[in-house]
Amino acid sequence: MAKNTLSSRFRKVDIDEFDENKFVDEQEEPAELQGPDGAEITCMGLNVLLCTGDMMTAFHVALRNPPINTKNAAVKERAQAIVLRVLTSFRSSEIETAVRSLDRNGVDLLMKYIYRGFEKPTENSSVILLQWHEKAFAVGGLGSIVRVLTARKTV
Amino acid sequence: MAYHSFLLEPISCHAWNKDRTQIALCPNNHDVHIYKKEGSGWTRIHVLKEHNGQVTGIDWAPESNRIVTCGTDRNAYVWTLKGSVWKPTLVILRINRAARCVKWSPRENKFAVGSGSRLISVCYFEQDNDWWVCKHIKKPIRSTILSLDWHPNNVLLAAGSCDFKCRIFSAYIKELEDKPAPTPWGSKMPFGEVMFESSGAGGWVHDVSFSASGNRVAWASHDSTVAIAEGGKTPVVASLCSETLPLLCITFITENSLVAAGHDCYPVLFIYDAEKGTITFGGKLDVPKQSSQRGMTARERFQNLDKKATAENKEAVLESLHKNSISQISILEGDKTKCAKFCTTGMDGGMAIWDVKVSLLLAKSLPNCVTHIVYIQAYRLVLNLFQTLESAMKDLKIV
Repeated sequence: MAKNTLSSRFRKVDIDEFDENKFVDEQEEPAELQGPDGAEITCMGLNVLLCTGDMMTAFHVALRNPPINTKNAAVKERAQAIVLRVLTSFRSSEIETAVRSLDRNGVDLLMKYIYRGFEKPTENSSVILLQWHEKAFAVGGLGSIVRVLTARKTV
Repeated sequence: MAYHSFLLEPISCHAWNKDRTQIALCPNNHDVHIYKKEGSGWTRIHVLKEHNGQVTGIDWAPESNRIVTCGTDRNAYVWTLKGSVWKPTLVILRINRAARCVKWSPRENKFAVGSGSRLISVCYFEQDNDWWVCKHIKKPIRSTILSLDWHPNNVLLAAGSCDFKCRIFSAYIKELEDKPAPTPWGSKMPFGEVMFESSGAGGWVHDVSFSASGNRVAWASHDSTVAIAEGGKTPVVASLCSETLPLLCITFITENSLVAAGHDCYPVLFIYDAEKGTITFGGKLDVPKQSSQRGMTARERFQNLDKKATAENKEAVLESLHKNSISQISILEGDKTKCAKFCTTGMDGGMAIWDVKVSLLLAKSLPNCVTHIVYIQAYRLVLNLFQTLESAMKDLKIV
């Protein structure tokens, strides 16, 4: 009889939780970056920008104030939705100019949003995101993708 | 550029002797093999068998001709040459995880071992007991120490760790040496004092290197960044996000330039501008292969489109000298103020010797090439298809 007739509840205990030397990631104080809104832009404001075709401004506004420091999932979701909307409303020919207008950190941030968008693909999102990915990769290189993978503060 | 393939397995670590005629390396097992240069080839003259686990670090002290090795068996051995045989002396490190890296201090009276036990063991020889004794630096290290480098003053030690930080500790042993003079990193240096700590935003710190003067420290981390900190009241940190895969090893070759190598299998040069506080990418230092540019037939074009969705002819073959990641870099000729030659070993079991002047000339004259990844895009496929149909028709002389 090999069956353990005593309780095997101990197998469900996560022993690492009780290790006093366990590495706890020090997160900096959340600077309350609430995603690309704040008082400046609401969804309506973004709509206006998108409708008038002012893609570049909408793009830069959407990428401002990324919710990197918060742990609030709702804020991150909202930021992701806004950025995805802006990215999908771009025309394919304009993607390259938009990516060029970003600096190094901007390209890394864009990559983070792109990969976040890959996680939950919708009808058309993957195709658009792949185009953005190609252009961002041409500027950022493999390093920007590595930084998406190793970043502990996700967007 | 000379390349010699020692093994088919990765070279875990290597170290050169003083006149660079002998190299000690670990062929991915529990031993250390010492090879001697004979003519244009290398012959194995010694095999050092003592470790019970893979040897993760080797350092060869140039003046006193002693080798220190550390391994995953949680031990370190100091080897001295007695006649024609290397005799080991065990050093008790008092660690309960594998040792990862070891470095002799500049004056070779002590060495430091970084380990997975989240501490650094600084070991020195106590004459009265005729025994190697070690002291631990524990706080505030939170994870494995991956790399170590000594400051020229024999007291300060830079450590790169898996808790995403590069730190400079004081490893001052009062039984061995006098109080050190003040440095830009600080003037009070009791044992274990943290003189500098980088911000922990980034990846694991794979390698650290002090500059020749010791006023600058550079580290390469896993998020594909290179950073340099300059000592001072408030240390100035400059960093560069590179476009390459993460770098695994880095060293200063002059006071203002660095050579680093890693998962991209070729060494790269970085230039540091102290006034602007910026690091710039100086170029790849690799011999480009002469690739034959023959045209593609229509059939090959269609096959490529079918298989890879692109009409380009990019082969998945590495053009670099090393065929796998480079894990360690060491200066061969010269020193950190002016290096003439450096050597790299990697996971392909090969060792390459690079001539700095020649590499720099090549890097300047040829354009940098960026490798592309092929991926599928539906609409581009159609576009390419039309283009290739045109050229295919021309090939087949239909049009």
